[in-house]
Amino acid sequence: MTAEVNSYYPDYATETPKQFQFSPYADNGGSVVAIAGDDFVIIGADSRLSTGFAIYTRDQNKLFSLSKSTVLGCSGCWCDALTLTRILSARMQMYEQEHNKVMATPAVAQMLSTMLYYKRFFPYYVSNILAGLDTDGKGCVYSYDPIGHCEKATYKAGGSAGALLQPLLDNQIGLKNMQNVTPAPLTLEKALALLKDVFISAAERDIYTGDKVNINIITKDGIKEDTFELRKD
Amino acid sequence: MFSNNIVENSYDPFQMYKKKPETASPFNFVERSKAPVTTGTSVVAVCFKNGVIIAGDTLGSYGSLARFRNCPRIIKVNDNIILGAGGDYGDFQYVKDLIEQKVIDEQCLDDGFSLKPKSLYCWLTRIMYNRRSKFDPFWNNFVVGGLQDGVPFLGTVDKLGTAYCDKIVCTGYGAYIAIPLLRDAFEKNPNPTEQEARDLVVKCMEVLFYRDARSFPKFQLAVITKEGVSIEGPLDIKQNWEVAYVTQN
Amino acid sequence: MFRNQYDSDVTVWSPQGRLHQVEYAMEAVKLGSATVGLKNKTHAVLVALKRASSELAAHQQKVIPIDEHIGIAISGLTADARILSRYMRTECLNHKYSHDSYLPVSRLISQLGNKMQVCTQRYDRRPFGVGLLVAGYDDQGPHIYQTCPSANYFDCKAMAIGARSQSARTYLEKHLDQLSSSSLEELIKHGLRALRDTLPNEVELSVKNVSIAYVGKGVPFTIVNETDTGKYLGMIEGEERRGGGGPPDRPAEPLRDDAGDQDQPPEPRPSVAMETE
Repeated sequence: MTAEVNSYYPDYATETPKQFQFSPYADNGGSVVAIAGDDFVIIGADSRLSTGFAIYTRDQNKLFSLSKSTVLGCSGCWCDALTLTRILSARMQMYEQEHNKVMATPAVAQMLSTMLYYKRFFPYYVSNILAGLDTDGKGCVYSYDPIGHCEKATYKAGGSAGALLQPLLDNQIGLKNMQNVTPAPLTLEKALALLKDVFISAAERDIYTGDKVNINIITKDGIKEDTFELRKD
Repeated sequence: MFSNNIVENSYDPFQMYKKKPETASPFNFVERSKAPVTTGTSVVAVCFKNGVIIAGDTLGSYGSLARFRNCPRIIKVNDNIILGAGGDYGDFQYVKDLIEQKVIDEQCLDDGFSLKPKSLYCWLTRIMYNRRSKFDPFWNNFVVGGLQDGVPFLGTVDKLGTAYCDKIVCTGYGAYIAIPLLRDAFEKNPNPTEQEARDLVVKCMEVLFYRDARSFPKFQLAVITKEGVSIEGPLDIKQNWEVAYVTQN
Repeated sequence: MFRNQYDSDVTVWSPQGRLHQVEYAMEAVKLGSATVGLKNKTHAVLVALKRASSELAAHQQKVIPIDEHIGIAISGLTADARILSRYMRTECLNHKYSHDSYLPVSRLISQLGNKMQVCTQRYDRRPFGVGLLVAGYDDQGPHIYQTCPSANYFDCKAMAIGARSQSARTYLEKHLDQLSSSSLEELIKHGLRALRDTLPNEVELSVKNVSIAYVGKGVPFTIVNETDTGKYLGMIEGEERRGGGGPPDRPAEPLRDDAGDQDQPPEPRPSVAMETE
C-alpha cells in the first residue's frame, strides 16, 4: 500500500519499516497417534497447544468424538481444526437426519476427504487422523494430508512428531526390517503400552509435543477416555 | 452467519442508482488491514474459585508513540460476561459494536434468555475465522470471561480464530511475561480466592509495566462473580524506580 | 367450488374481518391423524397416531426429530411438514454451529411463526397446511408448542391436534393438574390414554399405529422403539375406554391421512384463525 501511495506523492516517501505480511495460518503443533486392533482402536493426542516458543495451554483436548464409534484427532493449525470439526459434526447430524442412522466410520472417512479437497486452494492446514470401528466392529485408522488424500491403515502417527514416531510404529507394530519375528495379533494392552511409549519419546525430541496425552479407547461398548502425563518443559 | 450471506449475495435492485466504486484512484484501492494501527497491549486474565478477573491497561499506542492514554478495553457484555481485548483499537470498537448490537437484539426478544460466555466465545471464533479467511482479519486478541451456568469460564480468541480455554489466559507480551508468573502461582495454589487472584493480576500488571515498553501505569480490572460484574479503574500501578539510581555509573 | 364470496384468495378479507382461505387451511390440520403433546416439570412427551395411506403402504411417519433437544409431531399435509422441519433443522444447526449451544425452543418457534406468516399475506403463496406440536427442552425447562397454518403459535401445558382431537383435549383438561407432578412413564400413559380417546370404537392402539417420543433434562429427543411402545401400551391395556368425552369434530373417518376419494367430502367448517375480539 505505501508503495502505491508514495508513487503519487514522492515527496512524502519515507523509509517505512517492512510491515508484517498477514498469514492466515499458524502452526500450533501437537501429535496424534492411532492404533487399530481386531475389535478395538485407540487414539491418543498430546494436550499442548503452542505457537513458536509460547505455550498457549497445556490442557487442550485434540480428540473430537464424532459418534459412539468414531474419533477424530486434529493437529496443526488450530483455528482450521476448530472450524473443520464444527462443520464435520454439523454435516454428520445432517446425514443422521436424512438417513435415520448414525454415520459409519468409513463414511465419515470419505466425507472428511471430500471436505478437505473442497478447500484444495485454501486448505485446512490440519493433520487429521480418524480412528473408529467399521460396520463389522473391526478397528480402522484413516490418515489424511491437508488437501484430502486419505489412506487406510492399522496404525498411524501424525502431527508435529509424526515423522519421528511413524518409523517407531513401523518397527514395533508393523514389524518392519526385523528378522525371525512371528506376527501376533495386537492386544489392547500392548497397543496402549506402545502408545504411551511413543508419546514419551516424542515429548523428549519435539518441543511441540508434551504436557499430557488424552487417550480414547474405542470398543463395541463405546469410548473410554484415559489420560497420561508427559514432561511439561 | 448463513443468513447474512443470503442478504449479501442477493440481487440489489438499487444497485444502478448507487455510486460505483472507482478503482483507479490511489485512495480507492481495496485495502485490507495487514497491520494494526492504534494498539492496546497485553490482557491478563485468571479464573478463581467462583469467578473470573480480566485486566488490561488503558494505553492506545501508535507504533512506538504512547498516543492515547485513556482507551478502556475491558467491557461488560451482559450480567454474566466480561470481555477484554488487545490489538487494534479500531477493530476492537467495531467488534464491540457488533457484540453490543447482538446483546440488544437479544434483550428486545425479552424471552428470558441471555448470551452465555461459551456462546459468545464460539461466536467470536466464527467472526474472527471468517475475517481471516477473507484475508481481512480483525487484528485483535479477545479474552472472554464469565459464568457459564454458575461455573467460571475463561477463553480467548485471536485474529485467526485460534481459540482455547484455560484457567490462565494472557495475550500479547503477557503471554511471555505474565504467564510464567501465573502458572507458577497456580501450581502452588490451583484454586485461589478472589483476593489472591486479584493480588496476582495486579502483580502481573506491575511487572508488565516495568518490562513491556507499550504498557502504561493506568489499568482497568474487571471482576465477575455470581454477585455481578464490576469494572474498576483506571487503577494506578504503584511504581518504584529507586533502583534506577543504583544502576547509574 | 366457492363457498363464499370472499374466499378466492388468501389476501382477501371478508367484511366480517376474516380470512377464509387461512381458515380453510386450518381445516387441513383436522384431516391429519391425531397427535398429543404434554409435559411435566422435567420432560415433554409427544404421542401420535400413525396412518397408512392404504393396506399396501407403510404407516406415515408422524414424529420428526429436529435437534437433540427438539422434536415435532405433525398433523395435516406431511409434505408441508417436511419443508417446515427442514427449516427448523437448519435453524437449530446454524445456531449450534455459531453459538455452541442449543437454540432456545421459544426462539425457534417465533422464527418459524415469522416464516409461516408470510404465506398468509401474499397472493402468490398458500399457507402451510400442517399443524405442529413441538416438544423441546431448554434452560427454561420442557416446552410444548402448538403451531397452526394461520401462523399462530401457542405455548401449551398440554395439547392435542388432528382428527377427533377434541376428545384428547377433554382428557388432558380433566387430568391437567396431575400432569405436572407425574413421572415420565405416567406422562406417556396419560398421552396414550388421551390419544386412545380419539379413536373410533372399532380401532385399537397398537405398536404399528402409535409413535411415542420424549425429551427432557439430560435426555436427548428420543423416539421410542416398537418393543418399548408395546410395554407402554401394555400398561394402559384393559383400562376402561372412555370413548370420546366431548363431541367428535366430525363423524368417524377412515384411518387415512388424505381424505381419499370419498363420496361425500366433509364440509369444511372454519374455526376462527385469529383473535378477533
